[in-house]
Amino acid sequence: MRPDPAGRQTQENLHMIYDVLIIGAGCTGVMTARLLSTKNCSVAVADAGCDVAMGATCANSAIVHAGYDAKPGTLKAKLNVRGNSLMKDLAKQLGVPLRECGSHVVGFGEGDMKTLQELYDRGVTNGVPGMRIIGQDELRRMEPNISSEATASLWAPSAGITCPYGLTIAAADNAVTNGVHFYFNFKVIGASRAGDVYYISNGTDTIAARYIVNCAGVNSAHVAELLGENNFPITITPRRGEYIVLDKVCGNMANSTLFVCPSERGKGILVSPTVHGNLLIGPNAYPIEDGGDRSTTAPGLEEITTGAHLLMPTVNTRMAITSFAGVRATPNTYDFYIKNSEQLPNVVHAVGVESPGFASSPATAEYLVGLLEDAGLKLEDRDDYIPTRRADGNHKQFHNMTDEEKVEICKKDPAYGRIICRCETVTEGDIIDAIHGPIPATTIDMIKKRLRAGMGRCQGGFCSPRVADLIARETAKALDTVTKCGGGSWLVEKRKGGN
Amino acid sequence: MHKKLIIIGGGPAGLAAACAAVKRGLSPDDVLVLERDSEPGGILNQCIHAGFGLHRFGEELSGPEYAGRYIQMAREANIPIMTNCMVLGLTNDRQVTFVSPELGYVTATADAVILAMGCRERTRGALNIPGTRPAGVYTAGCAQRYINIEGFMPGNRVVILGSGDIGLIMARRMTLEGAKVLTVCELMPYSGGLARNIVQCLDDFGIPLRLSHTVTEIHGKERVTGVTIAKVDEANGRKPIPGTEEYIECDTLLLSVGLIPENELTTGAGISLDRMTNGAAVNQFRETEAAGIYACGNVLHVHDLVDYVSEEADIAGTHAAATILGETEKTVKSVKVTTGFGVRYTVPERIDITETAEAVRVFFRVTDVYKKVQLVIESESGEVLVKKAKSAVAPGEMESLEIPADKVAALAASEDKKITVYLRELGGSK
Amino acid sequence: MITKELTCVVCPAGCKVTVTLDENNQIIDVTGQTCPRGKTYAISEVTNPVRTLTSTVTVQTKDGAKMLPVRTDKPIPRPTLFEAMEIVRRTVVTAPVKTGDVLVENFIEEGINLIASKDFE
Repeated sequence: MRPDPAGRQTQENLHMIYDVLIIGAGCTGVMTARLLSTKNCSVAVADAGCDVAMGATCANSAIVHAGYDAKPGTLKAKLNVRGNSLMKDLAKQLGVPLRECGSHVVGFGEGDMKTLQELYDRGVTNGVPGMRIIGQDELRRMEPNISSEATASLWAPSAGITCPYGLTIAAADNAVTNGVHFYFNFKVIGASRAGDVYYISNGTDTIAARYIVNCAGVNSAHVAELLGENNFPITITPRRGEYIVLDKVCGNMANSTLFVCPSERGKGILVSPTVHGNLLIGPNAYPIEDGGDRSTTAPGLEEITTGAHLLMPTVNTRMAITSFAGVRATPNTYDFYIKNSEQLPNVVHAVGVESPGFASSPATAEYLVGLLEDAGLKLEDRDDYIPTRRADGNHKQFHNMTDEEKVEICKKDPAYGRIICRCETVTEGDIIDAIHGPIPATTIDMIKKRLRAGMGRCQGGFCSPRVADLIARETAKALDTVTKCGGGSWLVEKRKGGN
Repeated sequence: MHKKLIIIGGGPAGLAAACAAVKRGLSPDDVLVLERDSEPGGILNQCIHAGFGLHRFGEELSGPEYAGRYIQMAREANIPIMTNCMVLGLTNDRQVTFVSPELGYVTATADAVILAMGCRERTRGALNIPGTRPAGVYTAGCAQRYINIEGFMPGNRVVILGSGDIGLIMARRMTLEGAKVLTVCELMPYSGGLARNIVQCLDDFGIPLRLSHTVTEIHGKERVTGVTIAKVDEANGRKPIPGTEEYIECDTLLLSVGLIPENELTTGAGISLDRMTNGAAVNQFRETEAAGIYACGNVLHVHDLVDYVSEEADIAGTHAAATILGETEKTVKSVKVTTGFGVRYTVPERIDITETAEAVRVFFRVTDVYKKVQLVIESESGEVLVKKAKSAVAPGEMESLEIPADKVAALAASEDKKITVYLRELGGSK
Repeated sequence: MITKELTCVVCPAGCKVTVTLDENNQIIDVTGQTCPRGKTYAISEVTNPVRTLTSTVTVQTKDGAKMLPVRTDKPIPRPTLFEAMEIVRRTVVTAPVKTGDVLVENFIEEGINLIASKDFE
């Protein structure tokens, strides 16, 4: 039996064999699906979670890296620099905020100058535009709150910040608008092949497709084996990074993303503004056993506080509004492993896509589509492709509207006049729209990721019961069936012995 | 749209301020109360427990009953209350932008504005409790809404962090509804809640209160499966003591870890906040530093009793009306109110003495639990303006002292620029 | 002889009051309080502790079922709280309801009523 894509009725798709099935609805998978939806092929995306962007895409530094980090000649270097420029166009096309705030790699004393120079040279080789090594005075002018011990920086103006899950959700909406089917809560457990068709199963349901793209994040090496790879050359170590988000009153403490000089464990602890006006600090980086373990730890939060203070001693973590952890899929090779399978025909792997996986994703999508064509997939541009999130454009949230637009929308639909999340000014109209969106947002977290209801100061204390009410009402279900993020994440139960 | 008086918030503060303003002589047609919920009454609507109104009405009412009294008064005075109405912006010159399904997106001006937006609860994020981020972590007020308004249970096996009154009330409420409240942890060595609530919400049901304890980790991927609690070191910044950790299996963590005045509009109008109250600094009429903008209730400072909220709102409403009617006196002298030993904050923060120097009541909170103390207000030159002996004081309960009119007049005539509120220990143990 | 320790809730002092009872549960002595109100409180707590019960019942309105806050109009004996909750859970009323309306007469005890504590139209 075929499951419902995006939870909707799909009788017409019951016997469909897709041209391409993408496993994993993180940024890489979704960007690939979106790109394929501009072509004349049928595409499905399957994910173990209940939404897109449930893994590393929803918990990272939100940086559109410039591309000076990666060793020249690597796939990382190539895809990062290209992805950076594509990302800016894509964000504009889909109406997602992206700020070209630039980044500094901050040096502390003579010892770091060599590293800054190396990074600069790498960046030049990788094709990163506009970089400069700047001295203390200029650095302080640009970043008045920087530590007085900071002596120089590598300034990369092409770096930016955006909302990685927001952009991924927008791209997914755009993909659905153009006919891509999403299958959620679909955890792949096995695969078989008959003729030139793969049958991918989650134990109860099966999706059929001729080409398979594996971009399952921390599970990508495991999925490769499930697909039938023997002695798959890549192993993945989940590596957890913790972050703290500070209140918007701290949002302008940094004008651009501030890194320390990179170490073997990663890019170090950064301080960055976010595109929503908060200040983000983190991450640390530790290997963990369970790739699904996204818990924060007391020593970890202390470590990132200390790390942030190195760059900016005045960062006050008493202004924290939340903390979170993300898990990156770190491969045993340095580089991304993005290749056609050597053993399985028409299977393409994108494995070990760690940082800068998000910044690279639009370019990774191009690269993956190229690999599919190499494998024999015939693609032609569609003339009926819709470039916006929905057929009728990019739905603007009330919060982002001009005063005139606010007046208009309230006249047209009074639900936009009812504020549900007061910290982030999210209206009932916005929420109803998201509940009935291309990917119906039917959990508290899905609403939160799309509209920011519950991401503000009060962290959903005020709005979450109201959001739950709206989900229940709009989906004609009881309140006790609404969850935070699917599965066993129930919110409330029926009153005992009540009626 | 122009109104003489716009009141932001239709809870106990806003309603009382509106009634007071009309009583002072303002026409009800010149007043507009903007309430964000679908009905007036504010948070009292979900505070179904009894204990409100003992000072104000001489009887013990439930929250909805207390709110109901003021809703009735406002109705009888024909005061217009706009519900479902959220204020999105306020400027220093009293321009109010709000939105509602009925009226749409509106910008209005007013001769005076009274801020009565109340407060919000501190969250897990503000405490930075490590662990996973599952469902089942609620602020006490959020759980209260689920039970009392929606009629659903937010959990079965419950740990509560924070022994503020809402946490204690919820311990009893959930127990009566059939949940098992396993323990209440309090970071401080004393409870922030009223003794009555400790007895009637915890002791009555045998719920252990663990002082100097905190939650150090939250467990569970989808829903809470347990929490780790630990004893904290009083001598070392209340950090958890290694080795004292204890795992408690539960499906719910309720947080009752403090309230923060909701002052986004206030700061948006460029009004600076008192660091200690997290509300605007005001004079004895509850007027902020911005002319014609007043604040009262929990948006000004977090009150322990709603009766005091109403009292404060009376002051703000009355004076705002007098200002609009052009019937206020000139300020002859401003005196700062500062805090001394044992006093965390005062309201008002300044006294603008007028020609007819009237008595001024100063509200304040103490920093710690003290027994056998004298509460004192002293002038800069060392004169005791008012004092009162108390057998015990606690940070959870608001104190007040009234400076008599003659002392205020004397203060106006003196060189003194400030007065100080402090505690004097009268011996005995802390 | 039995002694019972309790915290007085009359004022913030929170005196630790000790009540001593004889074999017939008659109070012999009350110590530890610092005011007469403390003594009265302690005696009532030991002989017959009572509590006002507040809860919610389902009210059918034209907009569907809502929660109506209710309370007892007099305190009820503390040991009957859970028994009282059983009755509360079974109670369903239909709007309109006014604050003070008696929903259950002789609730738990003769002369005590369960009353509405909010209006519903």
